[in-house]
Amino acid sequence: MDAILVQILNGLDKGAAYALIALGLTLVFGTLGVVNFAHGAIFMIGAFCAVTLNRLLTLSTKVRDESITLFEAFKEVPILTTKFPTIGPIIVDYSVPLAILVAIPIMWGLGLLMERGLIRHFYKRPHADQILVTFGLAIIIQEIVKHYYGANPIPQAAPAAFSGSLNIGALFGLGDNIVYPWWRLIYLSFSLFIISAVFAFLQFTTFGMVVRAGMQDREMVGMLGINIERRFSLVFGLAAVVAGLAGVMYTPILPPDYHMGMDFLVLSFVVVVVGGMGSLGGAVAAGFLLGILQSFASMTQVKAIIPGIDQIIIYLVAVVVLLVLPRGLLGRKGVMED
Amino acid sequence: MNKSAISDWVLFFGFAAAILTMPVWLAPFGANYPDLMQKFAIFGVFAIGFNILFGLTGYLSFGHAAFLGVGSYTVVWSYKLLTMNIIPGIIFAVIVSGIFAFLIGYVSLRRSGIYFSILTLAFAQMSYNLAYSVLTPITNGETGLQLTLSDPRILDSMAGVAVTNSVPNPSVFGIKTSGLPGFYICAVVLIIGFFIALRITRSPFGMMLKAIKSNQTRMAYTGFNTRPYLLWAFVISGMYAGLAGGLLAVTDPLAGAERMQWTASGEVVLMTILGGVGTLVGPVIGAVVIKYFENIFSSFNKSELHQVFAALPDGLENVVVSVTSMFVGKGWHLTLGLMFMIVVIFLPGGIMEGVRRVGRLFGIGKPKTLKPASVATTEQGQANG
Repeated sequence: MDAILVQILNGLDKGAAYALIALGLTLVFGTLGVVNFAHGAIFMIGAFCAVTLNRLLTLSTKVRDESITLFEAFKEVPILTTKFPTIGPIIVDYSVPLAILVAIPIMWGLGLLMERGLIRHFYKRPHADQILVTFGLAIIIQEIVKHYYGANPIPQAAPAAFSGSLNIGALFGLGDNIVYPWWRLIYLSFSLFIISAVFAFLQFTTFGMVVRAGMQDREMVGMLGINIERRFSLVFGLAAVVAGLAGVMYTPILPPDYHMGMDFLVLSFVVVVVGGMGSLGGAVAAGFLLGILQSFASMTQVKAIIPGIDQIIIYLVAVVVLLVLPRGLLGRKGVMED
Repeated sequence: MNKSAISDWVLFFGFAAAILTMPVWLAPFGANYPDLMQKFAIFGVFAIGFNILFGLTGYLSFGHAAFLGVGSYTVVWSYKLLTMNIIPGIIFAVIVSGIFAFLIGYVSLRRSGIYFSILTLAFAQMSYNLAYSVLTPITNGETGLQLTLSDPRILDSMAGVAVTNSVPNPSVFGIKTSGLPGFYICAVVLIIGFFIALRITRSPFGMMLKAIKSNQTRMAYTGFNTRPYLLWAFVISGMYAGLAGGLLAVTDPLAGAERMQWTASGEVVLMTILGGVGTLVGPVIGAVVIKYFENIFSSFNKSELHQVFAALPDGLENVVVSVTSMFVGKGWHLTLGLMFMIVVIFLPGGIMEGVRRVGRLFGIGKPKTLKPASVATTEQGQANG
């Protein structure tokens, strides 16, 4: 019982990442009708926003190491901590949450740039072309990041205050075995917050209303005199921000490297398809569902029964869902059925 | 013999001659060494097969690398268990990958469009992940499947081949299949593969596939059940992929799971697109261009770049070198990505389309105006579909 609960918890934060990426993918697909294979790369850029900010904050100078008296020893000390001894270390410590503030404008700008510069010209092209051009873009982004940051994963630390674990078992009187790292809990709540914010934005604002109408019937909205293309390019920016933030916050859980985007992209596409192309709720639900299933499948007891199941569970679920429910869990009629 | 049949034969013999004389005409490009030419031919086979599915039916598979991997594993197992002669291995590779393709195709072809792409991707990723983990007894996991001295090689020992102290090389009736002979084996296979693809494209079956691409619903209304045709196209292209994988193991007797990774599937898509989807020669050209650039670009390093740009003033030279060094050596994938985007954006028909445009510029090739209007419009529809 404890083990099952732990697995559910572990699955939730992975599922949260899938859900955030899949949400952006679905938004772009539902509004623009574009299959964006570069979305994983956007997630990766978000993660590297955190890395970059951390590097900038910890730009160091050499300072004489006073603890070693035998010979002249130097150690690297971030300039920030020497200049501002009280606030400096705190800022460095909180570099990952602070990166959110940096990432929002960067991702927004990048999203708009991508849409205006490239995606816009592919609205009327076949899906195969969209897949291919964004796939090429993803390769380029990956390689540029690899050129500047190297191929190795770069670990990022969560703020020291959140480095421990929360003993959920003791909290609810279920035994001491159920612990959950604070940062994962924060990631989960952060994702839930972002997801609700996106849904609220689409549900309760005029802009969101237009976007939803556009997802239903683009032509009709255009005929009503609304410049739908302009709104849609903002939607692309929004999707980029969501994916970017997912990447920023995920860095303490998974050290980012240049191909993390591709790894997540393939899975997120499966998530989108399982959830149902063009269904936002479906994408979120499928994200969490697959995250939890994946962490169940990696339990040793399960692996003992079906060896290798942890490697294929997501794809297996995708195959079964697509064959049994052709539109995915919550897919709408008439989306991608040409 | 009618006119189009003659032009087909011309095309075929021209193609065969071009492939067989590769060692001669590739010499000025510095690409006439056997290892590279083997790759040209092998990936040519792969791309031709992929084109039978994608080019003719329009179904974009993102999982063809799985068949490539299956082919390689099959051939290496045939070396280990039966004989170092490549022929049984190649035959088994085609059969096994065909069966594999039948199973995957039977399920995947229930859906079309992006769903089909995702399903094939899912199956390929499953095969890749399993090859890395649970199937280690068959695939030897991360190390890759290799020949060992203790392999049984039943047929060889029955035929009384002397057991030596070194691992034997794959051969065909005594000829070693590495180096230049290896290239000619791959080249002959490529030419045969090209011929079959040509016949398929011109056959009623090929017409059926093209009709599916142009309008599947209309096909269904006229009373054709399209699924068997699609399944056959999928199986045939899977067999081609298995054959290519087998040839990889012929020229170099080992097989690794990374051949099944989805980036490998992406590569063959790129080759086909770059050369020209739906054309016969295009995929081969795409394969040659990509493998050539991969080889040339990835072998450059900074000091060589300094030599190339030595004529420039020093300051400028450093800038140019630091910019171009991003695109060569380990960064060659950047060039690949860029090529990918440029082709898709500006030349959706690939290199073949470019050749056709240049040809039209000089008034060579068939002028469009001579065709009846109705034919021209259906072709337009096909191109868009």
